[in-house]
Amino acid sequence: MKFPSLKFAVPLAAGLALSFTMADTAQAQKIKRGGILNFVVGSKIPSYDGHIEGTFGMIHPIRPFYSTLIRVNPDNPQSPTDFICDLCEGGVPKGDDGFTKYVFKIRKNVKFHDGTPLTADDITATYKKIIFPPEGIASARKAFFKMVDSVESTGKYEVTFKLKFPSGSFIPSVAMPFNFVYSKKDLDEKGYTWHKTNINGTGAFRFVQHQPGSFVEGKRYENYHIKGKPYLDGFKAISAPKMALRLQAIRGDRAAIEFRGFPPKARDDLVKALGDKITVQESDWNCALYVTPNQRRKPFDDARVRKALSLALDRWGGSKYLSKIAIVKTVGGVVFPNHPLAATREELLKLTGYGTDVAANRKEAKRLLKEAGAENLKMVFNNRGVDQPYKVVGTWLIDQWKQIGVEAEQQVNPSPVFYAKLRKKSDFDVSIDFNCQSVVNPIADVTKFLGSAGNNYGGYKDEVLEKIYDRLLRAGTEKEQRVIMREFETRAISDQVHMIPTLWWYKINPHRSYVKGWKIAPSHYLNQALDQVWLDK
Amino acid sequence: MVTTSEIAVEAQIEELADKPPLMSRIRDFGRRQPLGSVGLIIVLVMIFASVFATVLTPYDPEANAFEFMLTPPNFDYLMGTDQFGRDILTRIIYGARTALFVGFTAAFIGATVGLVLGVASAFFGGKFDLIFQRVMDVFMAFPLIILALAVVSIFGTGVQNVIIAITIPFIPRCARVVRSSALAIREIPYIDAARANGFSNSRIIMRHMVPNVMAPFLIMITAFVGQAILLEASLSYLGLGVQEPIPAWGLMLQGGAEEYVESAPWVAIWPGIAISLAVFGFNLFGDAVRDTLDPKLRSQ
Repeated sequence: MKFPSLKFAVPLAAGLALSFTMADTAQAQKIKRGGILNFVVGSKIPSYDGHIEGTFGMIHPIRPFYSTLIRVNPDNPQSPTDFICDLCEGGVPKGDDGFTKYVFKIRKNVKFHDGTPLTADDITATYKKIIFPPEGIASARKAFFKMVDSVESTGKYEVTFKLKFPSGSFIPSVAMPFNFVYSKKDLDEKGYTWHKTNINGTGAFRFVQHQPGSFVEGKRYENYHIKGKPYLDGFKAISAPKMALRLQAIRGDRAAIEFRGFPPKARDDLVKALGDKITVQESDWNCALYVTPNQRRKPFDDARVRKALSLALDRWGGSKYLSKIAIVKTVGGVVFPNHPLAATREELLKLTGYGTDVAANRKEAKRLLKEAGAENLKMVFNNRGVDQPYKVVGTWLIDQWKQIGVEAEQQVNPSPVFYAKLRKKSDFDVSIDFNCQSVVNPIADVTKFLGSAGNNYGGYKDEVLEKIYDRLLRAGTEKEQRVIMREFETRAISDQVHMIPTLWWYKINPHRSYVKGWKIAPSHYLNQALDQVWLDK
Repeated sequence: MVTTSEIAVEAQIEELADKPPLMSRIRDFGRRQPLGSVGLIIVLVMIFASVFATVLTPYDPEANAFEFMLTPPNFDYLMGTDQFGRDILTRIIYGARTALFVGFTAAFIGATVGLVLGVASAFFGGKFDLIFQRVMDVFMAFPLIILALAVVSIFGTGVQNVIIAITIPFIPRCARVVRSSALAIREIPYIDAARANGFSNSRIIMRHMVPNVMAPFLIMITAFVGQAILLEASLSYLGLGVQEPIPAWGLMLQGGAEEYVESAPWVAIWPGIAISLAVFGFNLFGDAVRDTLDPKLRSQ
């Protein structure tokens, strides 16, 4: 036996079939109330403040305490365009005055957990903190709202956003799960940093306690604004940094679910051990792994060398095999693969390094290296000390580059050192890099490829690409956006190869079958309000 | 008349005549030190495997072959393959190279530097010895792995840095042992005679003291090699040592132990056995060397 395909295929098929069956059955089943949902979280909580944090370690345990103005539809989280009101009512506004004015009607029955009633002023104060933070106050997603000119309360229960120019990325930005709505009273009286260490939201659950390094506990909020919800009595988010521990917690029923995702082997082991007691949900993931060459250094300032490094990769073959051992799968361009703006397979095949004739690609790669005087190139490959998917993909990359005569020495660093090399020191030849976002919002997400972006580490200036992006930002229709997006994609990863795409992540969530009402989203940040989750036991 | 040189030659001939032949001495060693012989055999097998790795296996230890990923042991892949389709036996054989290279280099450098510093500390004595020994105390207060972790966190990962990380904790350990032997040698009259002849300190240390503390030095080296192999494996297992795709036993455990121990146990079992055997072999051999070189134990 050379390849144990059945070992993977059977549990996968069983899991998928089970997931669809269970999903259908759940709709038909009568929702049961009560119970405590135990789930495991693999990352620490840096602070409770959603406006400054960007980790699932914070979102998973803290999001249930807060509400947002709008959110991704929890019953249809796979859709990148299906948003529903959370604290607003009457539907998500479509935009007036040529899509430069959005008026949100605010619910009237909402109270914060401390009893303070919610008004439009709370929403306005929250978004002013996010979009126009005072000097010295951090806001991680300020850049997503570049199009916003003002946000004002235009009534006790009405908030108006005015935009500088129409932008398709405005509503998805508002729907980001990090935009926790805070009380204006808290912000005014306790300051803009109070929420780092304190919680007072309008979410489905009230904060009970946080034992650092151990667990976060929440209990049902009786005055939750969506009547009849939440179904659970409470939840416990258990800290478990090691994957083996999280896996065993689910296996031993100490926890019912882990919301980030497991590698395929872990899924197979759980399905094999627990059969129909495990349900598997899978989805494309709005996260992609890239390789960023440092263009401050020779020979990586030469597009031919960068092209060669991209041409060496057998992406289609990598997808086939790496998807069995790592949380990556889909071959894609710069846009989330399932989005209407994403490149089709035919369009991808035209890009550098996406052709299916791997031998021809590598022959061309060797020619380019020779032409650039970079034959027998030796380089240090900076990688992040996290197994899934960084180190697994890193090992694959080194093997791929070896096929064109490039010798890469892998330097694996813990996250703080890894980030320091990328951000502060720019001390690397080529580095693994990633783009993980919450709401699928391609026009905002692709800013990563701009040399001017804060999260771009390539050290290049490309005015042509900046101008294309400016046109993209102002494009009115999806058709127009799509055409410009192809132009942007071709420039960024094919002509200039500023970044080398590897594969998009693939999310696998095996969980106890008694967990109902939670649907997998294309991001581990999304659909974590837990108000629709119930336990069938 | 018989000259002095003729007497010396005759003495050498008698000495040679008294020495048993090599095979006889090996048999004697085997009889006296059966466990040490087992250790020696393991060590020799490791050395043989690492030297002739390219001949012993047809596979590339670093090349991915996904079509054969996680193949159980069979006639093509005697120990199976890992998640990248790489032959585990090949990686074990090449891993011996990494283990021995790191082990011998760290042990030799660490013990040699420790030897020189230990002898110098004993020779100079006084305040130098007092201060130097307190510094050694500070280093020895940390367990080997903790000190190695601290060093690797400063210098970073990779083979060279792992060697440095392992070498540094060895220096005080060897220096302390060697110093105690050197203290006794310092009091022997020939050292005074050397001083009286005006020899430099470095000449006295290197030519007259160091050769006389070789027995504890050799014992320390053999003990250090086993420890260094274990340390390298530990650091690599923790993700702080040798990095992919270099074949290293600890790294093989790190890559496979957690995820595949249940569904593909061979991924974790073989490197684990290799590490255990290597450390076992070097420890047994080291003990035997100690017993052979120690006059008290030898007489017993």
